[in-house]
Amino acid sequence: MREERYEAVMGLEVHVQLSTKSKIFCGCSTKFGAEANTKTCPVCLGLPGALPVLNREVLHRAIKVGLALDCRTAKMMKFDRKNYFYPDLPKDFQISQYDLPLAANGRLGILTDGKERTVRIKRVHLEEDAGKLIHMEDEDASLVDFNRTGMPLLEIVSEPDISSPEEAYDYLTQLKTILKYLEVSDCNMEEGSLRCDANISIRPKGQVELGVKTELKNMNTFKGVKNALQYEIKRQGEVLDEGGTIKQETRLWDEAKGRTSPMRTKEEAFDYRYFPEPDLVPFIIDKELVESIRKGLPELPRRRLERFIEDYKLPPAAASLLVNEKEVADYFEDAAGIYKKDAKVVANWITGDIQGELNKRSLSIKELGIKPNDLADMIKMIDEGSITGKIAKGLLADMVETKMNPRKIVESKGLLQIKDKGELDKILYEVIKANPKPVIDYKNGKVNVLTFLVGQVMKATKGKANPKMVNDLLRERMDKL
Amino acid sequence: MKKNIDVDYIANLARIKLEKKESSDFSSQLGDIISFVEKLNKVDTKDTPPTTHPLPLMNVFREDKVKESLPAEKALSNAPDKKYSFFKVPKVIEEA
Ligand SMILES: [Zn+2]
Repeated sequence: MREERYEAVMGLEVHVQLSTKSKIFCGCSTKFGAEANTKTCPVCLGLPGALPVLNREVLHRAIKVGLALDCRTAKMMKFDRKNYFYPDLPKDFQISQYDLPLAANGRLGILTDGKERTVRIKRVHLEEDAGKLIHMEDEDASLVDFNRTGMPLLEIVSEPDISSPEEAYDYLTQLKTILKYLEVSDCNMEEGSLRCDANISIRPKGQVELGVKTELKNMNTFKGVKNALQYEIKRQGEVLDEGGTIKQETRLWDEAKGRTSPMRTKEEAFDYRYFPEPDLVPFIIDKELVESIRKGLPELPRRRLERFIEDYKLPPAAASLLVNEKEVADYFEDAAGIYKKDAKVVANWITGDIQGELNKRSLSIKELGIKPNDLADMIKMIDEGSITGKIAKGLLADMVETKMNPRKIVESKGLLQIKDKGELDKILYEVIKANPKPVIDYKNGKVNVLTFLVGQVMKATKGKANPKMVNDLLRERMDKL
Repeated sequence: MKKNIDVDYIANLARIKLEKKESSDFSSQLGDIISFVEKLNKVDTKDTPPTTHPLPLMNVFREDKVKESLPAEKALSNAPDKKYSFFKVPKVIEEA
């Protein structure tokens, strides 16, 4: 098998848009979805004489990310010009960082197939985003919207420590989780606030020297990244098997066709001729600033996972599901703080039925609208015996629909559990009368028909009876027959 | 020592069209300039800190406040061509 002959070496470049109010070097708004070219100014349009000035908040957020990724923050950083011609770049250069990036030498722990791995982070640097091109269908022209130029971007470059598409996927998921915890970006791939390119090469197993790599672009989802890498491993393997050589090139992923193809571009040589950006002064990042940002770091997912397992006695799988999304983890802690009896029960509801509702409706937990207090109330009602577990499941959907407290819903819909023996007895009588054959079977020793009869009672009560109680009563009654 | 500069390559990167004569003239002139500047390589800079910026200024920031942007008509006022509120350019496409 080819997969066993070769091993893949991958590195990822992630661009994340920092969600500040204004752009990186000017006061234009970063709001998404504005009408084309209404969020520009002389600075981000690159008009002569305009001077860029760094947004302080951008630097602070970037330092935060660097620290969370265990990077060394630079004592001094500067900006450089990366020169190339493209119509989405009004100045014909991009302000980026070349030899003195903001942070370097970090790492990110990932868990793939139960195995822990560390991916080293090579560097984290700041740059400005370019504009957006729309290609016209009916004309040989492209339209440019410069609203996105000058949006603050952080580029996070990994070392080539990733050895499978699954690891790449986990790296991205973990990175996104951390960025969300840090509240520095909304990480919305659809709006382009999180983008990923990949470098990939393969080599015969055991070979130390790296193979020729290709760069993959145009993946719009994490799953797309995984699929593109899978495709590329196979493609490169086939080229080598046929005695060919891999060409160092940029390839575009086509999600619909499920394949990569070389990018056609007019720029034959990418020679960026970096040089220091004379319009921006260098930055000394002092220790006190870094330390104060470090102190303000939130609890990161790794640490939180450990705490959930230890403090709430959750199984690792459940804890990990909860921790993956900060909002969900916060929600769990709020609900578990109200329903203190058993955090595991709370976790089960969240990772089970609530997660199901979230997936079904593609909503975030905040949008779902079940307050932690309402979930706790619902669980308490099961404990008190006022509703059955079965009713609770349907009740959850009602809570989503009505945004009401479960007690109110149960009252108004009459879903309270039938605890009155007399009332239940009447229903049992009807069921026994209507099912003479199973009753005879039972009397003849076929005890398993009891399940059927319990089911009939549950149906008749619309799930409002306690199955165990029904079971016991049925037995009692039929034994007397 | 005189450097030989690939002027055609540089001209292409800078999107400048050169005549053959210009190309050879500039090659020689650029070579002279580089050789001249290369004298600096002979200076001992062991104890000289690298200069990252000629101004003795550091850490100039602006606060994260939104300022009013230009109206689209103004932003587009120098555009050779436009459509709706977009700049219109010859088609450039990065595709497979
Ligand atoms: Zn601007």
